[in-house]
Amino acid sequence: MSISDVVIVGAGIVGAACARECAGRGLRTIVVDALGIGSGATAAGMGHIVVMDDSPMQLALTVYSQRLWRELSAELPADVEFEPCGTLWVAGDDEEMDEVCRKRALYASVGVDSEILDGQALAEAEPRLRRPLSGALLVPSDAVLYPPCAAGYLMREAVRMGAQLLAPQRVLSAGKGRVLLENGTELHAARIVNACGVDAARLLPGLPIRKRRGHLVITDRYPGFVRHQLVELGYLKSAHSLTMDSVAFNVQPRRTGQLLIGSSREYGAETSGVNHALLAAMVARAQAYLPEIGELQATRVWTGFRAATPDKLPLIGPWPEDNTLFLATGHEGLGITTSLATAKLLASAMFGEEAEIPAEPYLPARYLHGEGDAELAAGASGKRRDTEKSHV
Amino acid sequence: MKWSIDILVVGAGPAGIAAAVTAAEAGQHVGLVDDNPVPGGQIWRSGAPLPVTARRWQARLDASSVVRLEGWRVFDCPEPNVVRAERNGFKPAHPDAGIDENRDCAELRCRALILATGARERFLPFPGWTLPNVMGAGGLDAMVRGGLPIAGKRAVIAGTGPLLLAVAAHLAARQAKVEVVCEQAPLSRLARFAAGMLTEPAKLWQGARYRITTRHTPYRTGCWPIAAHGRDRLEAVTLQQGRNRWEVPCDYLGCGFHLVPNIELPDLLGCRIEDGFVATDALLQTSVPGVYCAGEPTGIGGVELSLLEGQIAALAASGNVDRARSLARQRRRRLGFVRALQQACALDPQLRELPQEDTVVCRCEDVRHRELHEHATWRQAKLHTRCGMGPCQGRVCGAAAEFLFGWHAGSVRPPLFPASVSSLVSPREPALADESLVAANAFHENAKETP
Repeated sequence: MSISDVVIVGAGIVGAACARECAGRGLRTIVVDALGIGSGATAAGMGHIVVMDDSPMQLALTVYSQRLWRELSAELPADVEFEPCGTLWVAGDDEEMDEVCRKRALYASVGVDSEILDGQALAEAEPRLRRPLSGALLVPSDAVLYPPCAAGYLMREAVRMGAQLLAPQRVLSAGKGRVLLENGTELHAARIVNACGVDAARLLPGLPIRKRRGHLVITDRYPGFVRHQLVELGYLKSAHSLTMDSVAFNVQPRRTGQLLIGSSREYGAETSGVNHALLAAMVARAQAYLPEIGELQATRVWTGFRAATPDKLPLIGPWPEDNTLFLATGHEGLGITTSLATAKLLASAMFGEEAEIPAEPYLPARYLHGEGDAELAAGASGKRRDTEKSHV
Repeated sequence: MKWSIDILVVGAGPAGIAAAVTAAEAGQHVGLVDDNPVPGGQIWRSGAPLPVTARRWQARLDASSVVRLEGWRVFDCPEPNVVRAERNGFKPAHPDAGIDENRDCAELRCRALILATGARERFLPFPGWTLPNVMGAGGLDAMVRGGLPIAGKRAVIAGTGPLLLAVAAHLAARQAKVEVVCEQAPLSRLARFAAGMLTEPAKLWQGARYRITTRHTPYRTGCWPIAAHGRDRLEAVTLQQGRNRWEVPCDYLGCGFHLVPNIELPDLLGCRIEDGFVATDALLQTSVPGVYCAGEPTGIGGVELSLLEGQIAALAASGNVDRARSLARQRRRRLGFVRALQQACALDPQLRELPQEDTVVCRCEDVRHRELHEHATWRQAKLHTRCGMGPCQGRVCGAAAEFLFGWHAGSVRPPLFPASVSSLVSPREPALADESLVAANAFHENAKETP
């Protein structure tokens, strides 16, 4: 038996960020993971640090967290491959250009600088994009990084400040101040954090988290093929709906010169195998924007599972039915971006402090009255669109 | 031309050739796909006089109705009866290089699939193993067959397995000065193996012949290279045998630690894998109905067993079960040899000490030994160091890591080999407009019309 202040279940980027925050505040912290650091959605994701505005709550969380990453960037070791390349939201027609203008105004209102590029300026910024395109919104403060090593860095920092990592070690149950491991060990802690991503509902049945599978392709090295993270703004017409399988154009340049090609979303897929039809549609979508991308060599394809919630906001904070239990899960495609803010919000909740941004929208309590109510509440409280960008 | 056939054979080494020829002679419409430009696989590589057996099978292949897709590489199998292949030699086009006119991608449909994907050499990392002119034993052999001038050059052949003697004999025949052959297995174990081989007269004879050809070459057992030296390329090798260490100046080091079966394609298809090899029934059907496996992926047994297995799989896949059963009885008698060879070539645990802290283990991603041993699993090591994530997709370092750290490779996903991004989109139909293929198809049509 071991007694600590906090046991964090899950060593993905969210668990690692929480561990760093807890250890940094002097809590005796233990992290347990069934596989190892960054093995779940963290390993599968693109690693795009991005401001998103599907809802005002999402915007607040991503703006805050993107800033935290920038503040941390100077300390990140080389293997994290932090690259402040910015995001280009690509507009295919005038209707999407209207969206560019709306987005720019909204971002400006929350202090995020962005720049409108017309078709000519976009062609100069990214010569390999098809022409003509109407333009794009450049968000220079967005970045990309390599998530497993980012999680590794955060966990090493936590360990440096006294945290302990138990992995590979499967957790059988977690609650009421006790965490039972598969090897029979029982950990006792004043606080438990469920940061298991898609696996969170295994430890807390009934949690409204669904697996949402995504595909990614990685290419051989083509330095300079594209220079920014490129995302289509076409979601007004084509993109990711809440309910259906979908693909969208989303290409990322890695520091290594490799390209990541995304993205896809599907519900109901439980296995890690490749959905050939969806992969083909995803690649075809990328070719529609980058005609030459088909000529590059694809090295690997993989899939991963996002932990999706019905209102597309994460679950961060205490679980009202167990005063020892906290949640930090349900980040869907934004876990890499929002991991640092999640850790801050969680620590504030633990210490009863006011966080830098309002914590209420992310509190797990919103789901205690049933999924339908939460959906309604989310729908009423902001102009959440039925669309999104994907990161896995 | 919609491409649909009865039996598709993947791999044109001995097992694949035997399978394709046997199935075609049994009246099946057969396709044979291989990424090399000519059939023969690794062992029957052109460029050197081929043994009689090889020439006989090649002649049967040439006379058969088998449709050959030479220079096509299978990179995906979305379903057990659907194979996607890309024409080999498609170089990754640099963005500025324009479109490669030769690029092509095909989707082949078949009733039964015979996987004869062969094996590759196992490399173990040691200081200097990435120097130019250090290569696999089989790799060096292939380079020589491909025209590398070796006459008068000094070569050291090292590693484990019967391949070493074959390579040494071939190099000696090409007037190379083979300084020494180093077999890591101890003499006692080789003696046991040789005794067991008395039931295998053909193999014993073959082994003896190699010994005769290389009789001026010392054959050291329990011996291996611990370092390769040189500035821009190999200049010398440090060898170790027991407590003795000495340096041998040389121009080439061919070093291969036996063979690793190519099981990625069967694995992708979901075929059951046992102890690193594809599990089959007596007639070589895998755990996936309609998918057969022949040759080294079922167990490293050499050419004769591969030929036998190719025939068994072809007969079974084409419904000639009685003939398949009778050959399967012959095969069963040879399986003892497979086990004995595996035991004889078992790697000495001391070889785990070969890599130093800064020795590169993954050449593609430049990952060194010290970066790896802190991780608990292959997946963790991959994620945090990128080991095995380069173009070879872990085919080289994965087998090394399995021995060094006891790690097992994870799941296999398409593409099995780097393929052009556009090939991931469903290939065009008809995808094949290849002249040789058209000719072969025409031949097939004619053959059918001939009474």
